[in-house]
Amino acid sequence: MIQEGIPTMSGELIFRAENLGVTYQSSRGPTPALENFSTEMAKGEFVSILGPSGCGKSTLLKVAAGLLTPSSGVVELAGEPITGPRRDVGIVFQQPTLLKWQTVLDNVLLPIRTLGMDLEVGRARAHDLLRLVELENFERHYPHELSGGMQQRVGIARGLVHDPSLLLMDEPFAALDAMTRENMMIELQRIWMETRKSVIFITHSIPEAVFLSSRVLVLSHRPARILKDVTIDLPLPRTQETLGSARFAELCSELRAMFSQTKK
Amino acid sequence: MNENLKSIFYPLLLLGGLLVLWVFAVRNWGVPNYILPSFESVLGALHRGYIEGAYWKDFGYTLSSMLLGYVSGCALAFIMGMMFAEFRWLERLLYPFVLGLQSMPKVALAPLILVWFGFGIGSKAVMVALVCFFPMFINTAVGLKATDPSLIDLMRAFSASRLQILMRIKIPSAASHIFAGLQISIVLGLIGAVVAEFVSSSHGLGYLINNATTTLDTSTMFAALISLAVIGILGSQIIKFLQRKLVFWENDNDTQVAA
Ligand SMILES: Nc1ncnc2c1ncn2[C@@H]1O[C@H](COP(=O)(O)OP(=O)(O)OP(=O)(O)O)[C@@H](O)[C@H]1O
Ligand SMILES: [Mg+2]
Repeated sequence: MIQEGIPTMSGELIFRAENLGVTYQSSRGPTPALENFSTEMAKGEFVSILGPSGCGKSTLLKVAAGLLTPSSGVVELAGEPITGPRRDVGIVFQQPTLLKWQTVLDNVLLPIRTLGMDLEVGRARAHDLLRLVELENFERHYPHELSGGMQQRVGIARGLVHDPSLLLMDEPFAALDAMTRENMMIELQRIWMETRKSVIFITHSIPEAVFLSSRVLVLSHRPARILKDVTIDLPLPRTQETLGSARFAELCSELRAMFSQTKK
Repeated sequence: MNENLKSIFYPLLLLGGLLVLWVFAVRNWGVPNYILPSFESVLGALHRGYIEGAYWKDFGYTLSSMLLGYVSGCALAFIMGMMFAEFRWLERLLYPFVLGLQSMPKVALAPLILVWFGFGIGSKAVMVALVCFFPMFINTAVGLKATDPSLIDLMRAFSASRLQILMRIKIPSAASHIFAGLQISIVLGLIGAVVAEFVSSSHGLGYLINNATTTLDTSTMFAALISLAVIGILGSQIIKFLQRKLVFWENDNDTQVAA
C-alpha cells in the first residue's frame, strides 16, 4: 500500500451546504437543529464532524442522505441539489437499524436488493466485508443473537456493500471495544485510500477524528455552527506509530481545547 | 415439575374437579336433566354424534362456513388494511364509515344478510367474513402504521421502492399485529357462524343447539358446544403455531394469551 498525500486533489465538490437550516416541528414548538450552516467538501475528502451531543450532527447527515428536506438553504451533492436519496451514497446510522427477521448476511445484502444490483457480486462483497468486520462466522445468525457492537458492525458492512462513492457514517464505532475500534479505523482508512471514496464521519472521539480525517469540523451547540475547520496534515497511511507521534498529540489537544469550549 | 408441565397439569386438575362436581350435582343433588344433563348422557350424545356419525354433517357445515368466511374475510381485511395504511387519502375518505360500521354489533346484521345472500351456506360464510373483517382490518392497518420510522429511513436511504418498503419492512413489522387479528377473528368468526345458523338454518352445530331447545335436550346442546369449542381451540392453536414459525424473531416476548 504505497500512497502519498491526501487524495483531495480533484477539486470537484462532492458536498456543499449554503445557509442550510433545519427546524424540527413538534408539539412542544419548533427546534432549530441547523441554522445558516455552510460548508464545502471536495471529492475524496474524509471529513470528520465533532460536536456536542444534540447539536445537529445526525441531522446534517440525514440531509446529506436525502432523508430530510431542509427548511431553508441550499444543499448539493456533486453539484446537484439533493432531492432524495441517491444510489451511490452509503449510510451507517447511529443505531444499528437491522431487520430482525433477516440473517446477518441478508441484512448486509439489503442495499444490493433494493438497488437491484447483481446478487452474486453482492454476495461476494458481503462475505468480504463481513470478514473485514470480523463477523464471518455469524452470517447466518439473526440480529438478536448478536451483541450491540456486533450489530453495529453489520450496519457498517451494509453501508459499504454497494461500493458507494460517498459514505455517511454516524458514530459507527461508538459501541465497539478499543481493540476492534482500532482495527476498524485502520480498515476504514485502507478502504478510503484504495477506493477514493468521500466520507463524512461523525464521532465523539477526537483521536479517531484526527487519525482518519483529512479535515475535521468542530461544531457548536445547537443550532450548529462550524467553530473550527482543521486540516489534518499527518502523512498517509497512518499507522500505530502515528498514534504515538508528537504531531498527532498536538492536533488532538488543539481540537480538544476547541471542543471543551463548546461544553460551556 | 417444569413450567410447561405445570401449565398443562394445573388446568387438567381444575377440569377434573369440575367434572367431579358435575357428576355429583346431577347424581346426588338432584339437578334435573333439562337444566344440567348427566355426564354420561353428554358422552352418549358425543358417541352418537361422532362415532355413529350423526353430527358429522353438521360439524362439517359449520366448519366449512367458518373456513370459507374466515379466509375470505381475513384476506379482504388484510388487503383493505394495507391500502388504508398506504394511502392517506383513502383513510381520510373511509375512516368515518369504518368507525360507524365498527361500532355496529355485526351479529345484528344476520337477518339482513340472510335476506341478501339466501338461506344456504353462502350467507353463513358472509356473516363469518363480516365479523372477521374488522379485527383483522384494524390490526393490519395499525400494525403497518406502527412500523419503526428508522427502518423506513433505512430503506429510503438505499433507494427502496414503496413496494419494497411495504413487503420487506412494513409487513414483517406488522406481523404480530396481523396474527393478533387472525387470532381474534377465529373466536368472532365462530360466533358469526353460530348466530347465522340460529337465525335460519337446517344444518350446523348452531342449528343443533337451537333445535334442541324445543325438546329441552341439554345433552345435545352440551355436545354441540363442546364441538364448537374444539373448532375454536384447534383454530387458535393452528394460528399460534403458524405465528411461532413465521414470526420467529418475536418468540422471546411471546406471552401465553388466552384464546
Ligand atoms: N425527529 C425529531 N423531532 C424533533 N426534534 C428532533 C428530532 N431529531 C432531532 N431533534 C432535535 O434536533 C437536535 C439535533 O439532533 P441530532 O440528532 O442531529 O443531534 P446529534 O448532534 O446527532 O446528537 P448526538 O451526538 O447525541 O447523536 C436535538 O436537539 C434534538 O432534540
Ligand atoms: Mg446523532
